[in-house]
Amino acid sequence: MSYLGLLLTSFSYLALLFGIAYRADLYKARGRSWINNANVYSLSLAVYCTAWTFYGSVGLAAKGGVMFLPIYLGPTLLALLWSGVLRKMIRIAKRYAITSLADFLSVRYGNSTFLGGWVTVIAFVGIIPYISLQIKAIGFGFDLIAQSSGNSADTSSDSTTFFITLALVAFTILFGVRHLDATERHEGMVAAIAFESIVKLLAFVVCGVVVVYGGFGGLGALFKEAVQKPELAQSWSFTSPGVYEDWFFLNLLAMLAILLLPRQFQVAVVENVNEDHVNRASWLFPLYLLVINLFVLPLALAGRLLFPEGNVDADTFVLTLPLLLGNDLLAWFVFIGGFSAATGMIVVETVALSNMLCNSLIMPILIRLPFVNLKEGRGLNSVLLFIRRGSVALVLLASYAYYQLVGSAYSLVSIGLISFLAVAQFAPSIIGGLYWSQGNRNGALMGLGLGFGIWLYTLLFTQAIQAGLFDMSWLTQGPGGLEWLKPTALFGYSGTQPIVQATFWSLTLNLLGYLLGSLLTNPTQLERQQAKLFVDALKLSELNNPFRTWKATATPLQLKRLLERILGPEHTRQALVRYTEMRGKSMPQFLDEELASGDLIQYTEKMLSGSIGSVSARIMVSSVVQEEPIGMEEVMNLLDATQQAIAYGHQLETKSRELEQVTEDLKNANARLQELDGVKDEFISTITHELRTPLTSIRAFSEILHDTPDLPPEKQREFLKIVIKESERLTRLIGQILDFEKLESGKMQWNLEILDVHDIIKDALASIGQLLRDGNISVEARIPEQPLTVEGDRDRLLQVLLNLLSNAAKFCPTQAGRIELSVSAHAEHFEVRVRDNGIGIPEQEREKVFEKFRQLESPQDGKPQGTGLGLSISKTIVEHHGGQIGVAPGSEHGAIFFFTLPIYTEVPTPPFSEEKHDAKDPHR
Amino acid sequence: MRFQRLIGLFLTGAFLLNYPILSIFSQDLQPSIAPILYLFGVWAGLIGVAALLLEGQNSGGEPPREG
Amino acid sequence: MTQKILIVEDDPAIVVSLEFLISQNGFEVQTAANGEEGEALARTFGPDLILLDVNMPLKSGFEVCQQLRSESAFDTTRIVLLTAKGRDVDVEKGLALGADAYITKPFSTRELIPKLQSILEQPRNSES
Repeated sequence: MSYLGLLLTSFSYLALLFGIAYRADLYKARGRSWINNANVYSLSLAVYCTAWTFYGSVGLAAKGGVMFLPIYLGPTLLALLWSGVLRKMIRIAKRYAITSLADFLSVRYGNSTFLGGWVTVIAFVGIIPYISLQIKAIGFGFDLIAQSSGNSADTSSDSTTFFITLALVAFTILFGVRHLDATERHEGMVAAIAFESIVKLLAFVVCGVVVVYGGFGGLGALFKEAVQKPELAQSWSFTSPGVYEDWFFLNLLAMLAILLLPRQFQVAVVENVNEDHVNRASWLFPLYLLVINLFVLPLALAGRLLFPEGNVDADTFVLTLPLLLGNDLLAWFVFIGGFSAATGMIVVETVALSNMLCNSLIMPILIRLPFVNLKEGRGLNSVLLFIRRGSVALVLLASYAYYQLVGSAYSLVSIGLISFLAVAQFAPSIIGGLYWSQGNRNGALMGLGLGFGIWLYTLLFTQAIQAGLFDMSWLTQGPGGLEWLKPTALFGYSGTQPIVQATFWSLTLNLLGYLLGSLLTNPTQLERQQAKLFVDALKLSELNNPFRTWKATATPLQLKRLLERILGPEHTRQALVRYTEMRGKSMPQFLDEELASGDLIQYTEKMLSGSIGSVSARIMVSSVVQEEPIGMEEVMNLLDATQQAIAYGHQLETKSRELEQVTEDLKNANARLQELDGVKDEFISTITHELRTPLTSIRAFSEILHDTPDLPPEKQREFLKIVIKESERLTRLIGQILDFEKLESGKMQWNLEILDVHDIIKDALASIGQLLRDGNISVEARIPEQPLTVEGDRDRLLQVLLNLLSNAAKFCPTQAGRIELSVSAHAEHFEVRVRDNGIGIPEQEREKVFEKFRQLESPQDGKPQGTGLGLSISKTIVEHHGGQIGVAPGSEHGAIFFFTLPIYTEVPTPPFSEEKHDAKDPHR
Repeated sequence: MRFQRLIGLFLTGAFLLNYPILSIFSQDLQPSIAPILYLFGVWAGLIGVAALLLEGQNSGGEPPREG
Repeated sequence: MTQKILIVEDDPAIVVSLEFLISQNGFEVQTAANGEEGEALARTFGPDLILLDVNMPLKSGFEVCQQLRSESAFDTTRIVLLTAKGRDVDVEKGLALGADAYITKPFSTRELIPKLQSILEQPRNSES
């Protein structure tokens, strides 16, 4: 293909890109968006893959085997964290109208103009080599294709690259800096970039497939052939010395680059339409990287096999292989792919850099110059545009200069890595700024200063020496003969290659500088405020955003004029229409207002920030409005309130569920209390009744005996007998009530002794015998012969047994009442059962009968019997002895009460008191 | 929760794609393409798991936000 | 004609004392040990006054009172409730159910007979 044909092709392709961008912009103007799509977003991120990837990876793989991979594995790993880190950056950038890395850092560290400018310088100097790499790639692409058709004599490649550079200046301006936009969004540019990502991927994969299958008959065959040559096979194993070190540092560098390269910040953060697109990109972008790398090693091996003499630059294999195979069409397609990769990078990177240069470096200076009168004067719109466009030209021409001076001597990858390390210097300040509220401006300046200084010395200076700009003795002997200061082996550490030691020293000292600077100096109030706003960005609500407050001292008209000077009348009108629509006001009414609201001033500042950067915007706004910084306390209060509200919101759901539960519990408890109250009320009434009944007889008979002196003696005796019996009954009742009170209050005296249960049973049967005989109740006792020793209180245990027996007797039918009393011995306890043949106890009542005040309904006469205390007292006593009491299953027909007591052994584990632990003496 | 899983995946990936795991392949004196297969395999695996994590529970993730 | 008094009370000792006292004073007395028995006896015995314990097995004094008051045969029969609980609510409940008077245990034997006699002398509310 002729030079002219190639040029035409290239310009046609650029025209096609511009067409896409133009259509996308038009589409946007109609309210729709091509780029509001997670897949397009992911593709636009693939601007990461430049000519370095397209040409350089194969070159590196041909020399260093697998070493091309860390550049893609690092970003893959970091992309896994995007849904946390990148999302936060997007949130912050949108909230504060941040449009560049420099702006991001400057706002984070207390609106520091100086820091922003510093970052811009680093980015500018650092990225120039990277852009020059793209120019170089386009240049050799032209040369190779032209040479292949024998047209190399037409023109020299140097002048070609220069013209290409100029064309790129025009193209970039056309793409990215046609006009000023408040949001600094480039709908068309992103659409074109996404398209380019598809083109370069296709071109590379097609080239790989054609070369591997056309030239070698498949991947298997290719590898088989390569394995035969040891020098090739070695290249993809991890055998060379220091290989893991290289591997690690390259991974690290690429990881930081994917986050911190200006063009990545531009597409990933500034151009992001919807935060949620990040999720898709987190895996789709790595997938893109994987696919574009599939044929890197095969192509490198193919090149090594087909150009065994090594006289062809491995960086050009992707182009030279199709040419060698005689496939001109493929070569042309590959050229377009490489052209895509290079132009995509150049456009976005240059737009991002020119934005930084203009907003963070030139404008802040310009705006302070006395002859730039902010309050009066004509629109700055055209000045701004001129600065922007000038910046684009500056960036590209500087890149061309670098390419001419030093770049041509280096491989694509080694040039690219220099830029990676330059932007990696932002890592401590950016990541620290996102997650460490202590990090401050001084720390950031210190870290960046140290890191960038070492970068300059170890990489850029070394290149300059090698390019012959300085004396070689710097490299061989160190400055002034100081070996430990040699730029390629700082402090005696050389690493496996210059980039490794440079990475190690610059990042370590940068991080140290950042940490120490932040810890040793105090931030200003504004820094502290901004730090908190950044670190807590995801927790803050949009509404409660105390970015900055202004004293309302300007009229809406003043602000409108301010906007017009920067944005131009048309964009200002649109912006104000948006504003008034949001607030539900009409335009004339709004402009008539005497004082602009703080809200409008903030809006104005935000609009300006997008165009000229936050620092300049603030200065511009403050030219018409008095600034009133809000107090730290106020900020903290707002933040705390917001955070609390959010935390509260999260908890609210749980709380309300808990609340429901508590309410339910309370209801139950209340019902239970009312029930208990009722039971207690009834109990007192019952006690009264039980006490009054014997008292009634006693009083009645006493009065009768007193008032009837002529009563026959047998009558007298009969009445007196009743009086005595009822008195006993009264005494017993009172005793029981007192027992209950003592047990309840824990004042019960326990007289513990070693007892044989036989004795207790005998006593119980003896004392209840009369009652049983009166009621015609037969008793059957089944008690084992063996001694059943227990340690306990004789009277209390007797009380329990009597209570159970009298209960049983009470419930026995009036005829043929029968009580079974049985004892069974187990390993550690024995069990006493009392069974009657009464009506039994329904299952649901079994727990309840032991409750205080709970009276057993005696179903044969329906009247509650006794005080309702007997079983409750018994339960307390048995449990105090370490036993259990209960109603056994099977009590539906005749109640079976049982209680257990632990068998006393000679070395007891006593349930009663601690001191007996010492009494292991068996003779006690 | 999802982000924590992704951090776990990041750490796993960093472990699998670094020394000393990679040194397994330097002990193999016979040239083979095992390291290449391993690297691309782990790579694909990470992408697959990430896709599952990020796309699988789209609705269960964070609440939709305005804008 | 001797007036008839029916004693319905579950505590045997109290029954003995009441039976002795009332028969001493020239009344014809019969006794029952629980509500059901008392109700049945009331129909056959036809007492002028029933001394009715409230707290009784099988059928409480309230229930018996309510039942008897619903039958016209007992329109003129005085019912005196006898209770050991003595709470105001019980008194009110008893009177609402149609009892003529209320005696709280323990009572004085010296006041009991005059009180019963005065109740018997007064006309029943429903007769007036």
